Amino acid sequence: MRDINWVATTVFVLLFAFITWLGFAAANWRKGDLDLLHEWGLGGRRFGTLITWFLIGGDLYTAYTFIAVPALAYGAGAIAFFAVPYTVVVYPILFLVFPRLWYVCHKHGYITAADFVRGRFGNRWLALAVTVTGIVATMPYIALQLVGIQVVIGALGISGAGDLPLIIAFIILAAFTYSSGLRAPASIAIVKDILIYVTAFTAIIVIPIQLGGLAEIFKAVPPAKQLLAVPGADTTGAYGAYATLALGSALALFLYPHSITGVLSANSGHAIRRNAAMLPAYSLMLGLLALFGFFAIAAGVGDNPLYAAGFKDFGNNFAVPALFLHSFPSWFVGIAFAAIGIGALVPAAIMSIAAANLYTRNIHREFINPNPTDKQEAQMAKWVSLIVKFGALVFIIFVPTKFAIYLQLLGGIWIVQTLPAVMLGAYTRWFNDWALLIGWAVGMIAGTAMAIAANLTPTYPLAIAGFVLPGYSALYTVILNLVIAAVLTPIFDGLKERSASSDETVAADYLA
Amino acid sequence: MNDRPTARREWSWWYLLFIIQFVAVLWPPFYNRVEPTFAGMPFFYWYQLLWVIIGAILTAIVYFATEAQARR
Repeated sequence: MRDINWVATTVFVLLFAFITWLGFAAANWRKGDLDLLHEWGLGGRRFGTLITWFLIGGDLYTAYTFIAVPALAYGAGAIAFFAVPYTVVVYPILFLVFPRLWYVCHKHGYITAADFVRGRFGNRWLALAVTVTGIVATMPYIALQLVGIQVVIGALGISGAGDLPLIIAFIILAAFTYSSGLRAPASIAIVKDILIYVTAFTAIIVIPIQLGGLAEIFKAVPPAKQLLAVPGADTTGAYGAYATLALGSALALFLYPHSITGVLSANSGHAIRRNAAMLPAYSLMLGLLALFGFFAIAAGVGDNPLYAAGFKDFGNNFAVPALFLHSFPSWFVGIAFAAIGIGALVPAAIMSIAAANLYTRNIHREFINPNPTDKQEAQMAKWVSLIVKFGALVFIIFVPTKFAIYLQLLGGIWIVQTLPAVMLGAYTRWFNDWALLIGWAVGMIAGTAMAIAANLTPTYPLAIAGFVLPGYSALYTVILNLVIAAVLTPIFDGLKERSASSDETVAADYLA
Repeated sequence: MNDRPTARREWSWWYLLFIIQFVAVLWPPFYNRVEPTFAGMPFFYWYQLLWVIIGAILTAIVYFATEAQARR
């Protein structure tokens, strides 16, 4: 082992040992029969406001977020800050839509978004579309969490062990998820979030002092990176890209299966609404984290020969680890890296549980075995969550990371296509189910095509009447999706009358 | 469970408060500048961070206002 940082690594390993114990102990927390799918897969819907805050916060603000957002700020500058307006607009969406989804899912025992779509629209193919989209969008996201662990392990100086540390982390993750279900990441999220807040708020105070103040830091950032580039005359340029990235990402966020799992595990719609006002604390922290990319520029870590190997291995993703190594004593570095490493396990666990819930309910029970016993259902979900994680591990070990990033980008464009069925479905049954399915299909194809045309970058330069409107493909295609569904709905309803039983929910199911 | 006939209303005018945060942060030309700075940070950055806080306060206002309505 070359230059292993023993102090930091010891702290890291101790914290990891603690959360490993916690993950297994969680099986006994708010005890329930883990052979029931809603106990294993939704924690029995028992999590109050505060636990939900830790769980959703830990779920949404992932290790990949902590590495990639500052890395983008370090490399590209101001555009990385889109993560902030993104979170400003996402919480009203959470507030308005998701308590309704919670109530109807609670009333009818729905565990997944696809369960809801099946009940609301009575169309198993639309539900299958939602299921497959959810699973496919989640897989690369799990893989990227493992990348987050790889970066901090590399930064600790652990080398020559190949992928062994990653495999160990995976085994720990797989074991406690299997045994405890959602309770494991919920309990670990408390530790993770505390560590993240401690790290972020310490860094935001200490590092600027070390570097001579925020004004000095911004002086070190090239002017072109400090602000968005002002667009030319016939284009919305960086402004359009920035706003559409924020809005499109906000629309997509809570459609991801792991977000919906986090939301549905709450014990009431009130807990969700309160969290819409409380979760912004994490956004503030994320905004500060984005600034760390600039701190890294000012600290000159890119030119520092100590970190050259790390930047070579991980590119700009090494900016924050290098910054911490540069600015903090080794023991605190251990805490900071443990925060990031554990910060990968929490969302990876929830994502794998969410994908497992989807497969078990909406593929296996729907199409393969319609009458599982409770125990069979829970057992299937446990196995699927294991397989999903294993698949992500294999992917990260054998496939270059950039492919995970491309798939994650596509995943975001795909998952937003479930917006009409899931989010609008929580408000109205007006849309025709086949119209929604066609809208979804068009959105998927158009979104994929736009992403490919843009060389697998998120923004597509839409050209209309001589103007160029670079914008996030997800936003453009979900609008297309909605328009098609809206146009086709009266046509399809005219062709064939809706059967009275196609919607098993009633209006009162969506309210407190 | 809860089977009061006076359940939460579908719509509340309080929800319109959310439009404020949407408009405030989704219009980059308004805040894409350096001056005035705050604590050394360009306007672009502290403005958006401020809206995280304001947005949370607005959400809290909507929450308390609509909870009060539902309890009537």
